[in-house]
Amino acid sequence: MALLQIAEPGESVAPHQHRLAVGIDLGTTNSLVATVRSGIANVISDDLGRPLLPSVVRYFADSRTVVGYEAQAEQALDPRNVIVSIKRFMGRGLKDIAHRESMPYEFEDAQGMVRLRTKAGVKSPVEISAEILRVLRSRAEASLGGPLVGAVITVPAYFDDSQRQATKDAAKLAGLSVLRLLNEPTAAAIAYGLDNAAEGVYAVYDLGGGTFDISILNLSKGVFEVMATGGDSALGGDDFDQRIFCWILEAAKLKPLSIEDARQLLTCAREAKEYLTQHGVAPITSRLNSGEVVDLRLTTGLFTEITQTLVAKTIQPVKRALRDAGLSVSDVKGVVMVGGATRMPQVQRAVGEFFRQEPLNNLDPDKVVALGAAMQANLLAGNRAAGDDWLLLDVIPLSLGLETMGGLVEKIIPRNSTIPIARAQEFTTFRDGQTALAVHVVQGERELVSDCRSLARFELRGIPPMVAGAARIRVTFQVDADGLLAVAARELTSDIEAGITVKPSYGLNDDEIATMLKDSMLHTKDDALRRALKEAQVEAQRLIEAVQSALKSDGELLSGEQQERIAAALAKLQTTALGENRRHITLAMDDLEAETKDFAARRMDKSIRRAFAGKSIDELESGTQLAKGMGEMA
Amino acid sequence: MAVTLSEKAAKHVASYLVKRGKGIGLRLGVRTSGCSGVAYKLEFADAAEPDDIEFESHGVKVLIDAKSLPYLDGTELDYTREGLSEGFKFNNPNVKDACGCGESFNV
Repeated sequence: MALLQIAEPGESVAPHQHRLAVGIDLGTTNSLVATVRSGIANVISDDLGRPLLPSVVRYFADSRTVVGYEAQAEQALDPRNVIVSIKRFMGRGLKDIAHRESMPYEFEDAQGMVRLRTKAGVKSPVEISAEILRVLRSRAEASLGGPLVGAVITVPAYFDDSQRQATKDAAKLAGLSVLRLLNEPTAAAIAYGLDNAAEGVYAVYDLGGGTFDISILNLSKGVFEVMATGGDSALGGDDFDQRIFCWILEAAKLKPLSIEDARQLLTCAREAKEYLTQHGVAPITSRLNSGEVVDLRLTTGLFTEITQTLVAKTIQPVKRALRDAGLSVSDVKGVVMVGGATRMPQVQRAVGEFFRQEPLNNLDPDKVVALGAAMQANLLAGNRAAGDDWLLLDVIPLSLGLETMGGLVEKIIPRNSTIPIARAQEFTTFRDGQTALAVHVVQGERELVSDCRSLARFELRGIPPMVAGAARIRVTFQVDADGLLAVAARELTSDIEAGITVKPSYGLNDDEIATMLKDSMLHTKDDALRRALKEAQVEAQRLIEAVQSALKSDGELLSGEQQERIAAALAKLQTTALGENRRHITLAMDDLEAETKDFAARRMDKSIRRAFAGKSIDELESGTQLAKGMGEMA
Repeated sequence: MAVTLSEKAAKHVASYLVKRGKGIGLRLGVRTSGCSGVAYKLEFADAAEPDDIEFESHGVKVLIDAKSLPYLDGTELDYTREGLSEGFKFNNPNVKDACGCGESFNV
């Protein structure tokens, strides 16, 4: 007999028509699956009542796999075939992976994404993640009593397109239909936002095992909007364990430790940290293999003191995110705590003091992301109750744009834009008779292409030959609800079109995103100057080409002396344009324009006389449009 | 004629109602559908209907429309865990045979 759940009034479904959907928090260290039963989100535990599934997969030679606690326990036995923290490799190339020499795995470089050589063969991070998802899926199906309609899977807000795509691929491989990918902080906000039904600006402070993320969200009229994100990809609860570990070494005056002893003490450190959440003093006692005995007492006060800098390090990104969102502390109505490390009282206190309010922590910080995902999944599967028709908005972490003449970036969709989003901008050709246009899609905050990440390139061919500036090419950037980008270019007079869906071969990792953001702030002024110089150079080049072409076609309108003077001004501009002095370039351009003024007038007369459209003089004088002209003869 | 909740079921319903933030009780009923003729209806109740018959069990109000009552008379609604699954179960003495999954039944 199937067990029933209570439905909303009038929404009882026909037998065998339950739309079973789950939310999955696919974590670096642990994963969870949750679902909504009788209107309440709950994490689904395994048959031993454990809610977490360690994100650990062990491969055997006969292609068998073991996932979770069992695999975790066997880590030391078979390090090469027990894969941990696979999330860090999702959508990443070999060169993106830091400290790979200290990892026990055999990496293999492959197109797009790194591979791991195991006893069961070469496995991609997508396949390994799929093993974890498969276990969660069968756990959910056993619990819910039927096949799943679909799942909402959470990803870090900083995950780029290729990491998101890899996550979707893993779900597909595990036989899950992805209703949607959801940013982790947004999921946490859903878990709290709906339960507490409160509107306003919220900060989501997520201190996990190894990473720290801060997100500023706005909940208004039932709409969630992510206003800014930030964080530190190398800061988490493990660092607090490390501090206690170092303190033990110092306080007990221990000699250098063997690997086993170090592991044992690190476990003691973690236990002490967890004990101090509820108690004022933690006893640390351990007998090491070396024969030494550790017998110490760690007080809350001392623990707070030795981890003060770590806590302070989380506040910096919080300040930055607030600044990005254009908000001050007083605008924040509530603070949501996510991640097991936020249980530490000193973290709660520091966050409370910074925001001048008690953080929200009435939900289990380990489960809150999965719970929010489950609520979203329930909604997307069509099990919505009256008044539940809220939307959900996420943001893109880095600006998306394309390359224009001179290696400059024209941003089409700025950072922190809510998705889904579509933006279009018109461009034109740079040279007469240009029939093709190279579109180079880049991601980043800097002004120069060389400082940004290249995502994709494609060409728009078959543009009818026209004078420079006459073609109208509309480039559309579209980011779907999962954060995947599609770019299309269309020449409006001829209707030819080309496009690309960006599944970039290499993604940006969060370190790179953080570095790129930091760089863009450091170099803002620098970049502006370089951009101005580049723009002047592009403009100069355009003027030079226009004058040369005019001289060639209508040179006979000028006297020998006039020709010489124009040639001299032209030569001077050509030389200065190669230099780095923007003011000199502008002056040389003014000179050339002055020298050619009379020439321009004569050409105008001539063209009117001929009543035939050739090169027009305003091309010589136009300037504003040029910076946006782009593309080269492909 | 009566329909009751087990103590465990009543506790769960009461806590769901609190978390949900609205609703006066639980609505039980049947409708014709499913592979064996009639299927159960198990919903939150926000308001009583004119032909409702009300019961009270362990402090939870249970509403049943008059037409459904003959099918449910004597039923005890229980809350139970079976393996990984947990949820409500109708212990209904009127059922002659049910479909394999028990979601619909015959009287």
